[in-house]
Amino acid sequence: MNENHVLIRTVGLTREYTMGVEVVRALRGVDLEIRRNEYVAIMGPSGSGKSTFMNLIGCLDTPTGGQYWLNGNEVSKMSDDELARIRNREIGFVFQTFNLLPRATSAHNVELPLIYAGVGTKERRDRAAAALESVGLGDRMLHKPSELSGGQRQRVAIARALVTEPSIILADEPTGNLDSQTSEEIMKVFADLNDRAGQTIVMVTHEHDIAAHAKRVVTLHDGVISSDRAQAA
Amino acid sequence: MAFGMIRAQKLKSFFSLIGAFIGVTFLIGVVTIVNGMDRYMKDDFAGKLFGINTFTLRFRPFVNVGQEPSREQRREWNRRPRLKIADYEFLASQLDPSYLVGVESMNQVEAAVGTKRSRSIEARGVTESYFRIRKIDIAEGRVFAQPEVEHGSNVVVIGSEVADKFFKGVDPVGRTIRVADFPYRIIGVAASQGKVFGQSLDKFVIAPYTSQIKRVVNPHNVVDGIIVKAQDIAGMNAARADVESLMRARRHLKPSQPDNFHFETSDDVLSFWANISRILYTVLPALVGISLVVGGIVIMNIMLMAVSERTREIGIRKSLGARRRDILRQFLVEATALSTFGAALGIVAGIALAYLIKATTPMPATVSLGWIVVAVFLGVGVGVISGVYPASRASRLDPVAALRFE
Repeated sequence: MNENHVLIRTVGLTREYTMGVEVVRALRGVDLEIRRNEYVAIMGPSGSGKSTFMNLIGCLDTPTGGQYWLNGNEVSKMSDDELARIRNREIGFVFQTFNLLPRATSAHNVELPLIYAGVGTKERRDRAAAALESVGLGDRMLHKPSELSGGQRQRVAIARALVTEPSIILADEPTGNLDSQTSEEIMKVFADLNDRAGQTIVMVTHEHDIAAHAKRVVTLHDGVISSDRAQAA
Repeated sequence: MAFGMIRAQKLKSFFSLIGAFIGVTFLIGVVTIVNGMDRYMKDDFAGKLFGINTFTLRFRPFVNVGQEPSREQRREWNRRPRLKIADYEFLASQLDPSYLVGVESMNQVEAAVGTKRSRSIEARGVTESYFRIRKIDIAEGRVFAQPEVEHGSNVVVIGSEVADKFFKGVDPVGRTIRVADFPYRIIGVAASQGKVFGQSLDKFVIAPYTSQIKRVVNPHNVVDGIIVKAQDIAGMNAARADVESLMRARRHLKPSQPDNFHFETSDDVLSFWANISRILYTVLPALVGISLVVGGIVIMNIMLMAVSERTREIGIRKSLGARRRDILRQFLVEATALSTFGAALGIVAGIALAYLIKATTPMPATVSLGWIVVAVFLGVGVGVISGVYPASRASRLDPVAALRFE
């Protein structure tokens, strides 16, 4: 596994939805490679297919056509259980609406993916604590989401994404529900992760100032890539 | 994890718990009562009323158990000759001396002491062996002996309730009681026999069948029953066969003619009860089944509601790597935990219910461990089975759609 190891490779990826009699072609053939340590923003107006694309590379959905390799595994042919395993091991999700379990503590929320990975209780506790520590929430372990601010909640979600040491962090509009100052804080967390730990990050956003934090911006338009450029972070 | 959810959704959990609870309460409650009846019939009722290893020869059935007799049957019974004192004397002299033989005649009469009177006293005219046959123990005084029977002495042994009624705070032994306007000297008080289905067994006066009591219990020289007690069942059956052939010979019955007398044993009552309990145990599973099915439907609906309310949670869990079987297991564990808890409460409530019935009515109750095990399995089984469909719906949710769910 060298620096330039390809983590994500899609070839002619398509996704069609049938809405009644109408067939909606959300993705019309996307070819993309993302390498280890990259920090990529995926942009595009609503309806451009970026959410569909994100669901596909997040292994939450399977493509109608084309191929998708994640870390050398062809995902496009996988069963539900295999997809679940890939989501658990390879991907850490960060959602716009945080998607924390409201009745569980921060620590428990962060432990959750480790439960599904079959990690023992003791190790789970330690790793969850370490992950919360790393996002600066070591003192909020036993708080429930309702007792935390938006920024704190998103940091719990990031800790949850990190705790399994996934190949990539997939962030879907991670700042969409946050004010601009908190958004900057979260972007700083992402930048730190990418710079210091070499964490690969793929972030879907429609905000240019958020996309500006990434080192590469891929723009989707009508289900195809319209531009793909590197930028200085 | 599951328990956290259960605590969080108290009301819904409560309702799904009710599902298992009702069925189990019902099952345990009814079974405890039926079991109690069973135990009671076999141990107390039959023993107290009929005696163990004992049969009574009567001219016709005395207590009617089971079917109502037909008119012809009734007419035939009425044509039968009554049993006489001479029959008793004959049987007593012919039967093996290891058997206890006695007579029993009875009638409801009025008894009085001073100005106190009571109408519903059972007067019995018996032989001295009666006390041993019927296991009537003496609390005070003594029973009468053979000479008193031979002389027709007007002495009585009274039941404990009669003693309480007429002689509150005084010793009845040696005092006089008037039975059907004739005075008797009390020589003993029987120990309490308890109750059968709420009816006291202690409202009696027992006198020698040769005493003046013979005027009130039966026509001249007639007895209600000749009682024979053996050591064991085999002895009882042998004695019964002996009595049958002796009586047939004495009455000159041809082989083609049926017996014109009747044997009464505790078996008659027990077989009647066995019929009832068989019916109960056949109907019971159906009733319990219905209540469990209803409970199961309640649980299933609540689980389906819970699944749709928790769609987003399921989406989150799936995005974090939960497989189908993880989600399935989570919901099944919840359903199982709830129904187990419901079943446990149902057992407690069922037993409590049965004992409440026991305390307020003459119905007996006996807890049966075997049925508790059955109830637990049924309750939990209903929970699991009715949890399967909602849980599998949950496990098959599409993660993308589930995450988008508001």
